[in-house]
Amino acid sequence: MTDSVKLDAKVSRRSLLKGAAGIAGLAAGSGAITGFPYIKASEPKVLRYLGTGVNEGDLIGQQCFKDTGIKIEYISATTDDVTKRVVTQPNSFDVLDTEYFSLKKLVPSGNILGLEAKKIKEFNNITPVFTKGQLPNGKKIGDQGTAPWKVLYLDGANSKNFSKTATDYVTLIPTVYNADTLGIRPDLIKRPITSWAELLNPEFKGKASILNIPSIGIMDAAMVIEATGQHKYADKGNMTKEEIDLTMKIMTEAKKAGQFRAFWKDFNESVNLMASGETVIQSMWSPAVTKVRSMGIPCTFQPLKEGYRSWASGFCISKATTGPKLEWAYEFVNWFLSGWAGGYLNRQGYYSAVLSTAKANMTVDEWGYWMEGKAAKSDIKAPDGSLLEKAGAVRDGGSYDDRMGGVACWNAVKDEHDYMVRKWNEFIAA
Amino acid sequence: MIEERKSFIAWLQAGPMMLVFIAFFLLPLVFVVIVSAWDYNEYEMLPAFSFRGYTDTFEGCIAQLPDLCTILKTYAKTVKLCFLTWAITLTIGFTIAYFLAFHVRSKTWQIVLSLLCTIPFWTSNVIRMIAWVPLLGRNGLVNQGLIDMGLIKVPMEWLLFSEFSVVLAFVHLFTFFMVVPIFNSMIRIDPKLVEAAYDAGATGFQTLVNIIIPLAKPGIVIGSIFVITIVMGDFVTIGVMGGQQIASAGKIIETRLNALQFPAAAANAVILLGITIVIISALTRLVDIRKEL
Repeated sequence: MTDSVKLDAKVSRRSLLKGAAGIAGLAAGSGAITGFPYIKASEPKVLRYLGTGVNEGDLIGQQCFKDTGIKIEYISATTDDVTKRVVTQPNSFDVLDTEYFSLKKLVPSGNILGLEAKKIKEFNNITPVFTKGQLPNGKKIGDQGTAPWKVLYLDGANSKNFSKTATDYVTLIPTVYNADTLGIRPDLIKRPITSWAELLNPEFKGKASILNIPSIGIMDAAMVIEATGQHKYADKGNMTKEEIDLTMKIMTEAKKAGQFRAFWKDFNESVNLMASGETVIQSMWSPAVTKVRSMGIPCTFQPLKEGYRSWASGFCISKATTGPKLEWAYEFVNWFLSGWAGGYLNRQGYYSAVLSTAKANMTVDEWGYWMEGKAAKSDIKAPDGSLLEKAGAVRDGGSYDDRMGGVACWNAVKDEHDYMVRKWNEFIAA
Repeated sequence: MIEERKSFIAWLQAGPMMLVFIAFFLLPLVFVVIVSAWDYNEYEMLPAFSFRGYTDTFEGCIAQLPDLCTILKTYAKTVKLCFLTWAITLTIGFTIAYFLAFHVRSKTWQIVLSLLCTIPFWTSNVIRMIAWVPLLGRNGLVNQGLIDMGLIKVPMEWLLFSEFSVVLAFVHLFTFFMVVPIFNSMIRIDPKLVEAAYDAGATGFQTLVNIIIPLAKPGIVIGSIFVITIVMGDFVTIGVMGGQQIASAGKIIETRLNALQFPAAAANAVILLGITIVIISALTRLVDIRKEL
């Protein structure tokens, strides 16, 4: 019995091997005859795209492939991990989607390539928020922290220095940005909230939260402390050691008094805290507010009188990317600014860098709701078609000019970053 | 001659594992130790000798006396959580293993019941932890239930985002790591020993203390090593269940890594490793595992 089984096994294995060899040979043969001459022409255009997920989406990838034939392979990571990867593994990506405040770490590493402005078709149409630090209507906006226009240009293609004046070499081609503020549960708070100071109001003891990403969390903390009138910072994005000490001291006292229910680190945690009612007021990101609302729970991205903390991200290219890949990368960046992606991002509550092309890809009603602060004439839908707001709704914070015009500071990496990180650990341990 | 041959074969047998061990454990560890004595700036490691990673870590430890500095506070908290988790998982794990080994007679049922212990591992770590919110939260099942029964008036907030919830999650996750090695030791206890004790007039408790516990010691120590090493290095569970408000040794390393301060992270890793080794070697001092196996 065992013998016959063994024999069977041997026979079948051998015949299988033969068959496999035959097929392999056939494949190799046909490849050598028909495939070879076409390899170059049929090589798929693939770009490895490293980013935090804000700009990413299957729909963007699909549309890009349809329009340009470039296939995007997303590599998603957290803000910190993206930076880590650029510094330690520059060969592992082609296009990088990152925030301006990371540049202070990325540019000196020498691993990213300054893009040539003249190869970007829409470069001159990029909103002056990035190039001049002002709204399209000319109003100046807050410049505390790592504001994009401070780190937009390089001295040269391979330079590690930021240029104060406009040059041909751009660090990041801007894509998307937004103004962040506190998210609140109006149904549980039941009174108007108008100031960042409310985050530390004892009324919300055990029901407040702040985000546990040191470089961003401390900016929110600074907004709060300035609002309570305890200190006026020269630059919230670049505190002195004494200012860091003061900020962390006030926050530590609040923590010890039980002000905070929890800190959050990722998108889903923030949604969870708010949706479950564990917190009623906390630092938040715009799409997280949208997510809570789409669960049928009231949540407001509350405009506050002290203004917004803003962030912005854009594209650059790895220095290891050369030849045709470099050209595809430019093609991709140009496609991204050409409007479809801009409309897609605007419809999620972000802002696109080239407003004119995005406008052409949105309906008048959508543009009115998202960008002009007008009441929606018909239902507002998310890019995937799900209902976001019913007709008649007005966006929290109003128009683009109101929101971006109210920016007080930008996400930043401080000169005293190392010290701040240590103090943050102390704060968590307190 | 034969001796030599024997030892050669022994080396050959241990060789592959040893190579894997050297390449994927010892070498990286050596690098970590080397890097921990490097300098760093905002975006890169500088291969220059510096103890900054260590001195920064212990900053203020002498100046702040008698108050504890950050690192000591953090370790005190980590060790406390670790001890609580260890004590509870040991009690529960030992009881379950005892039940499986001595009260469940059939092999099949022993296997089925042990597999039941793996249920917590059927979903991902993050989902498991998020699932505690609707149960323990302010408006969660437990609080709502107690309020509806009239036992409490205001929800108990310490159920979630507290040391309680951290230890609860740890116990839920890691009791299994205690059950398996203890069970494994227990089923190898010769039933005749237990019968002999009974015949000699020992009470159940005396049998437990004088026969079962000493013979289950290797299992207890192995289970303890699993639980202690995992909890000492954890930062995800403490982070999520503690509402990111409780410091842990692992969390400090993570924050440093995220800030691209690799040498400082490595220095903290070396410190954590040292402390964990001290705890483990104290445990193995109590029981010589090699002899017992």
